[in-house]
Amino acid sequence: MFGKLSLSAVPYHDLIVMGAVAGSILLGVVILGLVTYFRLWKPLWTEWLTSVDHKKIGIMYIVLALVMMLRGISDAIMMRAQQAMAAGMSHGYLPPDHFNQIFSAHGTIMIIFVAMPFIVGLMNIVIPLQIGARDVAFPYLNAVSFWLTAAGAALVMVSLGVGEFSTAGWSGYAPLTEKQFSPGTGVDYWMWAFQISGAGSLLTSINFLVTIIKMRAPGMTLMRMPIFVWSALCTAVLMVLSFPVLTAALGMLTMDRYLGMHFFSNTLGGNMMLYANLFWIWGHPEVYIVILPAFGIYSEVVATFSGKPLFGYTSMVYATAAIMVLSFSVWVHHFFTMGASANVNIFFGISTMIIAVPTGVKIFNWLFTMYRGRIRFATPMYWTAAFIATFAVGGMAGILLAAPASDYVLHNSLFLIAHFHNMLIPGALFSYLAGFTYWFPKAMGFKLNEKWGRRAFFGWLVGFYLSFIPLYILGIMGMPRRMAHYDNLAWHPFLIVAAVGAAVITLGVASQLIQLLVSIKERRAARDLTGDPWGGRTLEWAIASPPPVYNFAQLPSVHEIDAFADMKEKGTAYQRPERYTDIHMPKNTGAGFINGVLAFAFGFAMVWYIWWLAILSALGMIVIMIVRAGDDHRHYTVTAAEVARIETQRYQQLAAARGAA
Amino acid sequence: MTTETMTLNASIDASTGADGEHGDSTALSIFGFWLYILSDLVLFATLFATYVVLGRNYAGGPTGKELFDLPYVLGETMLLLVSSATYGLAVLAMHRQRRDRVLAWLFVTLLLGAAFVFMEISEFRHLILDGHGPGRSAFLSAFFTLVGTHGAHVSAGLIWIAVMMGQLVTKGLTPPVQCRLMQLSIFWHFLDIVWVGVFTIVYLMGVM
Repeated sequence: MFGKLSLSAVPYHDLIVMGAVAGSILLGVVILGLVTYFRLWKPLWTEWLTSVDHKKIGIMYIVLALVMMLRGISDAIMMRAQQAMAAGMSHGYLPPDHFNQIFSAHGTIMIIFVAMPFIVGLMNIVIPLQIGARDVAFPYLNAVSFWLTAAGAALVMVSLGVGEFSTAGWSGYAPLTEKQFSPGTGVDYWMWAFQISGAGSLLTSINFLVTIIKMRAPGMTLMRMPIFVWSALCTAVLMVLSFPVLTAALGMLTMDRYLGMHFFSNTLGGNMMLYANLFWIWGHPEVYIVILPAFGIYSEVVATFSGKPLFGYTSMVYATAAIMVLSFSVWVHHFFTMGASANVNIFFGISTMIIAVPTGVKIFNWLFTMYRGRIRFATPMYWTAAFIATFAVGGMAGILLAAPASDYVLHNSLFLIAHFHNMLIPGALFSYLAGFTYWFPKAMGFKLNEKWGRRAFFGWLVGFYLSFIPLYILGIMGMPRRMAHYDNLAWHPFLIVAAVGAAVITLGVASQLIQLLVSIKERRAARDLTGDPWGGRTLEWAIASPPPVYNFAQLPSVHEIDAFADMKEKGTAYQRPERYTDIHMPKNTGAGFINGVLAFAFGFAMVWYIWWLAILSALGMIVIMIVRAGDDHRHYTVTAAEVARIETQRYQQLAAARGAA
Repeated sequence: MTTETMTLNASIDASTGADGEHGDSTALSIFGFWLYILSDLVLFATLFATYVVLGRNYAGGPTGKELFDLPYVLGETMLLLVSSATYGLAVLAMHRQRRDRVLAWLFVTLLLGAAFVFMEISEFRHLILDGHGPGRSAFLSAFFTLVGTHGAHVSAGLIWIAVMMGQLVTKGLTPPVQCRLMQLSIFWHFLDIVWVGVFTIVYLMGVM
């Protein structure tokens, strides 16, 4: 009836796990209790869970990312604490098996359930607004994508209390992930969480490609698109080309584990390095999937807060596109030690180093944008300035790793860990937090508290250096990654410093949470009445904050790169059209949410071999698809009168705000 | 572009109630579907590459030369190729707004596709009963997965054809139905092209 699932799957004996489970359940109960107490079930369902509005889906993505980030950071703290203790005679507080689960979960969560939903969430909120559109091309599909991602995240969370998580690392190298070596449910949880959320990401990429290519406002040629839109376009191309490779690789692993095939096994002709190749053919573009839009965010922030157009717009576009193309030609640098010939390795080494060129172009563009600008140091600008300096350090470490000869020495050492955290924390995470602060007033209608924002920034910045500079040194001293215990006492002091760094980062994270609470409390004073709190340059700032459901009452005409800055200069901003017309908007539907629930049920059933549930949930998803395909009445009309009413309110608010200023 | 498709597009514009500002919703759907096909092509490319890497790893088991029955596979191929042609006839009938003919050609396509899937399943069944299942060697794992993934796509296409026949009966040739028929057309021809790759790389090169 329940496959392999029985009560013994719950790790009662492990106090640490049970504590985490109890904490998660308690938090869930508190949230559900609050929802019930404030009678929010109905609005939660009608306005959020069933929403197909890109702005609301974007907010839900970011909530998911922030929640999962707390989990990922807890994992990081636990690893740092373990390594700060487990030297020589001491074995720390974590058994090796648990430690392995933690580092596997940390990587999986941070890449797939923090970085991806965070950036996709920002893209959801911002892209349609920046191109002057009313929604994405396929709003329902957008909801499906979100709920698939959420289903994957839920699988990872459930693995905490029911069964176990993978111990094979976030990249799940074969043959360790084969049934022979990992017979438990951990790898299956990892595999299905990846697979289900990957399907969501693929659908997202198709959606955004169509949106950006087909739905731009009149006059917005490709070379007038905001840089964030360009970076999102390149990211969507990477996603649509790379995610199917992951799907196939995980599918083959599924065949190995469930049907006894021999793709990646040690025996009967399987080839484990095939897995490593396929994984990184997705995995390296994935790095750029999370980082190209981050570069886009920095470009928006640096132009706005320097009060001038981005320096070298065209070169920025070409640099982004060049990185997009090159990112497919470097995957072997993740395993130079595979034993490919020197010629193969040097090809991938050189193409890796070439990526430094367009990246360097970007760095100089940001610097020259700031040069002689009137820089305003709001929180997003702090993140940007710190990123430029810190990222350059990480890039130089990357050049060292790109040379196969030195990579042979540094491979799988903490030097590598330091390097990619040095790319992904300042490169991706800082930008998401900058974008979070920058676009928060647009999405929510009020600004975030600056003081706590700066405290969060300093916590992250100082904590980052304390945590990861020691890892560079440890790597050169020869310490491998993923050690639950070590005997070399010379490493110990550096790992203590790294643990202190993790504690400082925790202070930064705490400041971030306090910032949210303080800002929500003071939201009336911090309201953004103009819709343009930062003196923005792109179209999202031309409309109210938060925007009405249809975004633009009349689609804007674009004449320049920074469309809204151009309008403000020419005095054509904020003009009311002579008359409004009816607007057709997509209707909300619960189908996306139900689809996510079914996907979760399917993943869970596959993990535990509950075949009837797997078949039922798969059939359920097919039925939803067929029923939905038969529904041709997916739109409702916002009447011209209703639009006029909403817009009149907006202009009154605007006039009041200007009168006050 | 023929005049028929132009009037088709015009009629879609008029009846979907698209406000013209977002452009034509059919155009968006078709473009989006092409992108999906692109991603599916990458999926198949990965499976093909895997087959090429593992295709000679027989692990002491049978080789393609011993297992493949070329005339039988040629029969499968013909079924699928002809089904592509009959689907094309369905689309032509659609442009002429002849619903009954569309239904008839879809039904023929459905039969041909079902025959293809049936032949493939019996080929698989045969191999497995003879002890040459996918767990026998990496070659057979790659073979079953590549060919089986194609077969699963064709099966999904069969369900889709059945659904479209249902929609044709209940809704008639409305613009959204026509849009879906065009998407299905892209999908069906795409599977044909992939099969040409399978036939060449797996079967022909396998017996060489």
